[in-house]
Amino acid sequence: MDQASVIINRLSESFLINCRLFALTLLFSLPLGLLIAFGSMSRFKPVRWLMRAFVWVIRGTPLMLQLIIMFYGPGLLGMSIAWPNGDAGRFTAATVAFVINYACYYSEIYRGGIESIPKGQYEAGQVLGMTKAQIFFKVTLLQVVKRIIPPVGNEVMSLVKDTSLARIIANKEIIMMAGEYSSKGLIWPLFATGIYFLIFIGVLTILFDYLEKKLSYFRT
Amino acid sequence: MAILEVKNLGKFFGTLQVLREINFSLEKGEIIVIIGASGSGKTTLLRCLNFLERPDKGSIIVNDEIIFDAENPATQKENEVRKKRLHFGLVFQNFNLFPQYTALQNVTLAAEMLAKERFDYKQNKKAILREIQDNGEKLLAQVGLTDKLNSYPHQISGGQQQRVAIARALALEPDILCFDEPTSALDPELIGEVLNVIRNLADRHTTMIIVTHEMNFARDVADRIIFMDEGIIVEQGTPQMIFENPREERTKQFLTRYSENKDFSPY
Ligand SMILES: Nc1ncnc2c1ncn2[C@@H]1O[C@H](COP(=O)(O)OP(=O)(O)OP(=O)(O)O)[C@@H](O)[C@H]1O
Ligand SMILES: [Mg+2]
Repeated sequence: MDQASVIINRLSESFLINCRLFALTLLFSLPLGLLIAFGSMSRFKPVRWLMRAFVWVIRGTPLMLQLIIMFYGPGLLGMSIAWPNGDAGRFTAATVAFVINYACYYSEIYRGGIESIPKGQYEAGQVLGMTKAQIFFKVTLLQVVKRIIPPVGNEVMSLVKDTSLARIIANKEIIMMAGEYSSKGLIWPLFATGIYFLIFIGVLTILFDYLEKKLSYFRT
Repeated sequence: MAILEVKNLGKFFGTLQVLREINFSLEKGEIIVIIGASGSGKTTLLRCLNFLERPDKGSIIVNDEIIFDAENPATQKENEVRKKRLHFGLVFQNFNLFPQYTALQNVTLAAEMLAKERFDYKQNKKAILREIQDNGEKLLAQVGLTDKLNSYPHQISGGQQQRVAIARALALEPDILCFDEPTSALDPELIGEVLNVIRNLADRHTTMIIVTHEMNFARDVADRIIFMDEGIIVEQGTPQMIFENPREERTKQFLTRYSENKDFSPY
């Protein structure tokens, strides 16, 4: 194998780390965000307060800082349960930090979406004898989904690019890998990483456009 | 025998008393039109009847059954309220159709949900759903929308949307159908079609409580007019009594102010 294809192979392998981080973050943060959203709309004030303060802290500080604290924090505080050794530990810490960070962003999108549904929709359902659950699932949910698809799409695309931040705690994701070549004087792999991201984002763009189109048969 | 009796109904918003000692009754097949200035509590009264607001005082009696009593928490249990509110239907000022459903689906949705609670739902599912569909189509035909069954709300005019909303309310066969200013959100040229649908319901002796500012329509369609001001029923009587011979000073003032400000609409 020539040098170029070896490099391409190694870049592809390291991009898998980005992809895994992306997939796991989505898998956990999308539902966790919903829980946080319900918490931040709770009628019980302490819960609402706590959730909103938490969201403020997470959204108000850099993800990079959260990654560092997540990974080094437990050890520095002398906690006995630190992260597993080696790559697995670095990856787990990164995943947890990403999930928490993105769940907070999604929660705000969900909350905005849910609060934007006119009161009359709930009242119309109530007057027709529907239960709260029926109103949520049969009346408001799809309207919320339609409204949040564009902002969720934006966040999902940010996430693709943000996965590179995991390198700050030494996860060997694609840009870190390319960086190793460039420090040896080989520049093109760094540019090549851009292509990976562009293709990924391109696929997501098509996907979200499709979803938006799917729901364009009605207007809210 | 009265189908509905409202006794001493009172409602506060904070310290503001919006309804005080509301008393009236309604016979089966009777049509009451409620008129009154803005802020007099008309909407709040309809919302109380439909359990969208909880009255602080008084009781609501339908067919001799006390369905709400402010003194008796047992009448206010969430799950029973859901059943009891089905005595009433409510047509909103701004329609509140469900945007993701077609006209027909808007009309059938709630009936389909309720059918699931029937003991024979599993065995007769197909027939039950068929019946609900047929009934929905029939109701939309009744409000003149046979050609709009499969249109989404955003594809039809405001007047048509309100007619769908009326069909939707009729689908659950409420004992008493309430309208809160059903034409106030409509362009003038669309008001007539909605009022005509309500007139048709009147001809079929549908029991109705209608809040409206369309005085000519009120006079036409009402068996009884209730005039409200500052949360009380100031005066009630036949349209003739209220419009031609109001006894109370406040009624006179309202009607004069009204005919000066707004020309009586042609409907
Ligand atoms: N949810 C609420 N919270 C506080 N005050 C309210 C609320 N709903 C209504 N009010 C107040 O109650 C009073 C009566 O309102 P209501 O909507 O019943 O009047 P209305 O007779 O329907 O008036 P309109 O002709 O303008 O529709 C008004 O002073 C209004 O500001
Ligand atoms: Mg009103």
